[in-house]
Amino acid sequence: MKEEPDIIAVDAGSTDPGPYYLGSGKTLVPDSSVQRDLALLLKAQRKLGVPLVIGSAGGSGSKTHVDKTLDVLKRAAEHVGGQFRVKILYSDIEDGFFERILEEGRRTVDLGVGRSIREALRNPGIVVAQNGVEPVIEALKDNVDVVLAGRVVDIASFAALPWIQGFDKGLAVHMAKILECGAIAADPGSGADGLLGILRRDEFEVRPLNPERRTTVLSVAEHALYERSNPYKEVIPGGYADFRNATYEQVNTGVIVRGSRWVDAEKYMVKLEGSRPVGHRFVVIAGARDPLFISKITELFESTVKFVRDELGGNFTVYPRFYGWNGVLGSSEPMDKGHEVGVLFEVIAEDKNKAEAAAGLIRSTLLHMGWASRKTTAGNLAFPFSPSDIYAGLAYEWSLWHLVELEDPLETSKIDEVKLIG
Amino acid sequence: MAKLYDIARVVRSKNSGPFTLTLDLLFEDEDCWRQVSNKLTKEMVASAYKVKPEDVLDIIAYKPALAVKINMRRRIPSGHPGDMDVYGAQQHIPLALIELDIDCTGGKL
Repeated sequence: MKEEPDIIAVDAGSTDPGPYYLGSGKTLVPDSSVQRDLALLLKAQRKLGVPLVIGSAGGSGSKTHVDKTLDVLKRAAEHVGGQFRVKILYSDIEDGFFERILEEGRRTVDLGVGRSIREALRNPGIVVAQNGVEPVIEALKDNVDVVLAGRVVDIASFAALPWIQGFDKGLAVHMAKILECGAIAADPGSGADGLLGILRRDEFEVRPLNPERRTTVLSVAEHALYERSNPYKEVIPGGYADFRNATYEQVNTGVIVRGSRWVDAEKYMVKLEGSRPVGHRFVVIAGARDPLFISKITELFESTVKFVRDELGGNFTVYPRFYGWNGVLGSSEPMDKGHEVGVLFEVIAEDKNKAEAAAGLIRSTLLHMGWASRKTTAGNLAFPFSPSDIYAGLAYEWSLWHLVELEDPLETSKIDEVKLIG
Repeated sequence: MAKLYDIARVVRSKNSGPFTLTLDLLFEDEDCWRQVSNKLTKEMVASAYKVKPEDVLDIIAYKPALAVKINMRRRIPSGHPGDMDVYGAQQHIPLALIELDIDCTGGKL
C-alpha cells in the first residue's frame, strides 16, 4: 500500500482444470475465499483511489461466472462499506456472431480440437472469447473503481492502464506476464501473494510485496517457462511481445527488465473457447492383488467391455486406468506392473441409465471373469466402497479452441453501464 | 552417459493449453545445459514416450534460465474423458529417464 500503485490488477483465469468449469458454469475457487480476497482488494482500492481490475472472473469468465463473481463482489462491498462504481465486461458471444463469421468466411485457426469451426459450431455448448487488452481499456473509461471482466488474456488486466498511458506495449506486456501469476515468479515462489511492477519509459522493475521473498534474475527468467510453450514471446490478440532481446538485472530484492519489444500482428484474432457436455459419467474404483489376474489385466478388461457391449449395445465409452502400472502415463509408461494394481474406470453415455448399467455390468463381469488357470475363482477385485459405482455428473469436452479474425477488437465483448454496488 | 533425472535441477511437466504438454529441464551449470541442448532430439523424446516424432512439437533451449523446453501434443486433451492427468503435472518421467552420451554431473559430485 505504501508503494502507492496506479492500479491493482488480478487475473482469475485458468483453463488448466479442464472444460468442466466453463461448460458447467461452476467456479474453481469457493465463494468464501473469493469474498475474502475481494474484500481486501476493495479496501485497498478505497484507500488508494485507483482502479481494481479483475480478469477472467470465476476462472472461466462466462456470463454465469461473471454474474456469480458480481454477487460475491457485492457481499464483499457490503462488508467493506461505502459504494463502488463497477463496470462489467462480458466476453460471451452475442447472437448472430457465429453466423456472421461463417458467412463472411472469416479466417479461423483450429488450435487443437481437430474440427473446423463450422463443424465445431454445430454443437458448441458454452463459448467465450478470450478478449485482448482493448476491451479492458474501454471498460476503464468513466473513472470506475472496479472493472469486473469475463474471459480476457491473462495479461489484459495488468497491461491495460500502461497502454492507455502510452507506455511501451512490449514492456507492458512482459511486465504483465510476470505479474499475472503473483509471487509465483518470486523466490520462494507462491501463489498466495502478489508482486509490484514499476513501469518506466524504457524498462520495468518487478519486486515482491512480501519481505520474505525476493525476485531474482533466475526466478523471473524461469517464470517465462511456466505453463507456456514459448519462453521468448507472449502472443495476445493484435500482436506479441518479443522477449528474445530482454535483459535482466538484479537490484536489491527486485529485477529490472529491458529490451522486450512489441510486434503488431497482421490480423486481430481472438481465441474462442467452448465447452460442451458429452454425457453422464460413472466411476468405479477397485484394487487387484492376484498376480495372474494382474498379468492379464488389459486383455481381461478388454474382453469384459466387449461382452458388455454385446449385452447392452454400444452407445457408451469406457476408459480404464491401471494405477500401479500405467495409470499416469498410459502407453508412454516404460516400467512393468507392480505387485498390486488399482483399477479405475469411467463409463460415459448420453443416457444416464445406460452409463450406470454399463458401469455395473463391467464391474460385476470383471469381478467374476474366468480364464484358463485362474486360481482366484471367488472374485478378481477388491472394492473399497459399497456401492462401488460412483456417479460423477456430466463429463465435458472442449468444443472450440479456435482463433477467429475480428473486425474490431471490441466485437466479442459487451461492456455494461456503470453499476453502483455496496 | 548421464540420466536427465540425475543431472537436471528440475524436471517437470505441465499443460500449455488443453492440447499441449510442456516439459522443462532446468540445469545448475551452463556446460550441462549446453551439452543437453545440443544432444537431445525430438526422436529421442518421441521414442521415450512411444509416440510419433511429429507429436514432439519443438525443443527450445532457453539460456536465461539454463532450461530446455520440450513441447508435445497431448494424446487426450486436458480434462476430456479418458485423460489421465488433467494438469499434465506427472508426465515428466519418460523424459527424465533418457540417458545422454554427455560428460556432466549436474554440478553435483
